[in-house]
Amino acid sequence: MNATVNLDELKYATSHEWAAPPEGDIVTVGITQYAVDQLTDVTHLQLPKVGTAVTAGVPFGEIESVKAVFDLNAPVSGTVVEVNAPLASEPSPINEDCYGRGWLIRVQLAPGAGTDHLADKAKYDAQLAHDAH
Amino acid sequence: MPDARTALHDWHAARQARMVPFAGYAMPVQYSGVVEEHTAVRAHAGLFDISHMARLSFAGSNATAFLDRVFTNSVAGMKLDQVRYGLLLNDAGFVLDDVLVYRWPYGYSMVVNASNRGKIVTWLTAKAAAFDVRLGDETDATAMLAVQGPAAVALTAGLFDFDAGTLKNYYAKPTLYCRSGCVVSRTGYTGEDGLEIIVPNELAVSLAEELVARGAKPCGLGSRDTLRLEAAMPLYGHELTEAIDPLSAGLGWAVKLDKGDFIGRDALKAMPRTRTRVGLELDGKRAGREGCPVLAGGDVVGTVTSGSYGPFVGKSIAMATVPLAFSSPGTPLTVDIRGTPTPARVVSLPFYRRPKSPETPS
Repeated sequence: MNATVNLDELKYATSHEWAAPPEGDIVTVGITQYAVDQLTDVTHLQLPKVGTAVTAGVPFGEIESVKAVFDLNAPVSGTVVEVNAPLASEPSPINEDCYGRGWLIRVQLAPGAGTDHLADKAKYDAQLAHDAH
Repeated sequence: MPDARTALHDWHAARQARMVPFAGYAMPVQYSGVVEEHTAVRAHAGLFDISHMARLSFAGSNATAFLDRVFTNSVAGMKLDQVRYGLLLNDAGFVLDDVLVYRWPYGYSMVVNASNRGKIVTWLTAKAAAFDVRLGDETDATAMLAVQGPAAVALTAGLFDFDAGTLKNYYAKPTLYCRSGCVVSRTGYTGEDGLEIIVPNELAVSLAEELVARGAKPCGLGSRDTLRLEAAMPLYGHELTEAIDPLSAGLGWAVKLDKGDFIGRDALKAMPRTRTRVGLELDGKRAGREGCPVLAGGDVVGTVTSGSYGPFVGKSIAMATVPLAFSSPGTPLTVDIRGTPTPARVVSLPFYRRPKSPETPS
């Protein structure tokens, strides 16, 4: 994934995962800076194997910090075609660069699946502002 | 009802602490991050606001007899200025709370878990009716700070009107801070050397500022929990509840069955001993959290009471209550982490023991 990612082009799930614009039918998925700030100190990550089917809004893995464990929810439906495997032994890229080197999985969209149900940046920012009050 | 605020609430907020509701108080869970704070306490010194802990006092001619009636450890045997850990039990021998008792020339103090304050004050008040004892609650008028770590005691040099380095472990002293009365005790909940300090509310910010200026890192409840877990200290609501007796919780050392009668003693003596608290080391970094089933040969034999990645020991560690037959160090067990069987083995507690310090008087 391009390191100079434009946050305005990403789409966001209410559970704080992001989905990059489809490249062909492949969507890169990660978690947002807000999620990273909430987690701090990621100690463990459980990601699916390549070939696993994921469904929008349904957990595909989990992310754990010293204090708590959270589900990772798929922002889109499809099949996992690539996993950021090095994160399993060294999760620090998630803390350092969650929109770049800390990406989690790449998903091949299921027929008819897309990202239209996700929020754009303005809507996601509004959700964060709302959650803060 | 909004969360109560400690005297340091605005001080925490000014340092961008993440505040969470805890036992009716807004408390800092972390400032810079749990691992960084945890590491600072093991390496140097950390500062904790523990003002939410309830501070009770006992005066009257029957205070010793009363406390010996409600507390599992020996009170009559305490020396002046000594601090003792023990349990308060119900009639069935189960744990109402774990507390510290302080012996003063004029009476006693007790520090009680914040989450149990209402329950315990009500219970003690009822039990005190038959004794000449006056129960006071100093919680709202005072603040309590803990400074913990290998450098903690030394960095208080000159702050009080005595040298806290002369205190033995689990001793305390009424002294002065800024010409006001305070209490300094060589106790803590981190596994490190350190002090817990009770000051009037109006001096809390000044003391916190002073300790941070001298090198203590502000720490939240998050690292307090991981530090106490590595030190294998029980936490009420996890290792201790009204569904467990103190012997099964591995706290037999704090229960003096031969000191004379106390509430819960007869029930405790009649209870068969079948289970105990153990430490577990899990494979991998994934944490076995509270409630995870513990299995032996496919059968569920116990439950994790606390578990986390231990930032200093660098392992996934947990405490669990299991049958005595599975409690020997080295016993292989399995922890079911949300459906994933994870190999674990029993290890002796604590997970972390601080290096012996030559300076501590004993």
